[in-house]
Amino acid sequence: MGQSILSDIKKAAKKSLKARENELANTTKQLDILNGGLFADGELPFFKDKIAQIGHFPLKPKTLEILQINVGYMCNQVCEHCHVDAGPDRKEIMTRETMEQCLEVIRNTGAHTLDLTGGAPEMNPDFRWFVEEASKAGIQDFIVRSNLTIIRANKKYHDLPEFFKKHNVHVISSMPHYTRGKTDKQRGDGVFDKSIQALQELNAVGYGMPDSNLRLDLVYNPSGAFLPGDQAAMERDFKKALKEDFDIEFHNLFAITNLPISRFLDYLIASDNYEDYMYALVEAYNPAAVENVMCTNTISVSWDGWLYDCDFNQMLDLKVASKVKHIKDYNEDLLNDREIVISQHCYGCTAGAGSSCQGTVA
Amino acid sequence: MANSYYDPADLRKFGSITEWSEELGNKFFDYYGKVFEEGALSAREKSLIALAVAHVVKCPYCIDAYTKDGLQRGITKEEMMEAVHAGAAIESGATLVHGVQMMNKYNKLSM
Repeated sequence: MGQSILSDIKKAAKKSLKARENELANTTKQLDILNGGLFADGELPFFKDKIAQIGHFPLKPKTLEILQINVGYMCNQVCEHCHVDAGPDRKEIMTRETMEQCLEVIRNTGAHTLDLTGGAPEMNPDFRWFVEEASKAGIQDFIVRSNLTIIRANKKYHDLPEFFKKHNVHVISSMPHYTRGKTDKQRGDGVFDKSIQALQELNAVGYGMPDSNLRLDLVYNPSGAFLPGDQAAMERDFKKALKEDFDIEFHNLFAITNLPISRFLDYLIASDNYEDYMYALVEAYNPAAVENVMCTNTISVSWDGWLYDCDFNQMLDLKVASKVKHIKDYNEDLLNDREIVISQHCYGCTAGAGSSCQGTVA
Repeated sequence: MANSYYDPADLRKFGSITEWSEELGNKFFDYYGKVFEEGALSAREKSLIALAVAHVVKCPYCIDAYTKDGLQRGITKEEMMEAVHAGAAIESGATLVHGVQMMNKYNKLSM
């Protein structure tokens, strides 16, 4: 594998696949890769066959618990592993009209958790209005996935910790490692220092403190072609290092597996790691994780209001297999009767202890 | 047949050794799994020991496996390299301590 190819990716990675007109910006091309090669040749079993062995095909939802809304793909960072292919050049942003449709659903849903994601959700011009309105709906757990650096990116974001506190938002933030080198390699130069500063500011208003109700959780995902280790052990290491080095506190660490789609798929192929990674995912397949895989309790809404089984299916443009496909026609009973759309990327959520936006599941 | 003694793809076939001797193979993998569980030593510490030994016994499969294992556990490259040096120091020490034998023999044979 040529280091030069990887350094080319790193240079190019300042832009999204879409802006680079990379062929993997085309979701059909991604699905061809996931359905072909090792799987079409019979070297590895299709996900569908694997879950059929334990009576879980077709995969069906259980009770809806989490409504996850992606308010746009624009981001101040261009992380190498990003499954959203987010970046400053992405213009897909949820409009207030679609937000109004989401609010209608939020007010009536049976879900106990509302989970706002992006891109950097804070970059949506209607983000604050949306949070204010949504927080009135009385949802039990209101999550915003913040990349941390956004808080330091521009003056207009400096008061975000106070804003989150005011609306009792549960902040979940990405932090690939507790060392500068690993973090900056995955997320860009300077990201580590800005993230540390942002975490200290969140701590300062009460987020993440041991007895605080202001929840601050971190997301760890591997910075390369390997699976996450034991979540509890990683949490111990992160807590110890962040406390000792920076006096930072947080509540839980969620270890999330990188799924082989979008920019991470591009990285896997260019670095000649794709086959080994797929073998690793299939070898680590854990039937117990299938039981609680997140698509069984989540609906994902895209910036333009389409509905998906999860954020990953959203990025592959695999809409829900239901009569109801758009937030404007939302009907929880009909949606709960759907069959979940799967492909080989789903092995990412069933590897080891399982993986979801809320961490391990098995 | 591959025209090389080592093929990285053989590592994932390691489990197939049980096919030709099921009982011994299974006993080995049970033992192996147990050894690397959390114990008086953490699984993280044992991973670093395994990485050091992998270098000393010069097993390319083990080096691949425990580099990846270390990454999965969040072990840094500095920690990994120090572990390799610990192994290398013992290995070179084991060579050099034989220098005493050489000195003893030299002295015995010399007038």
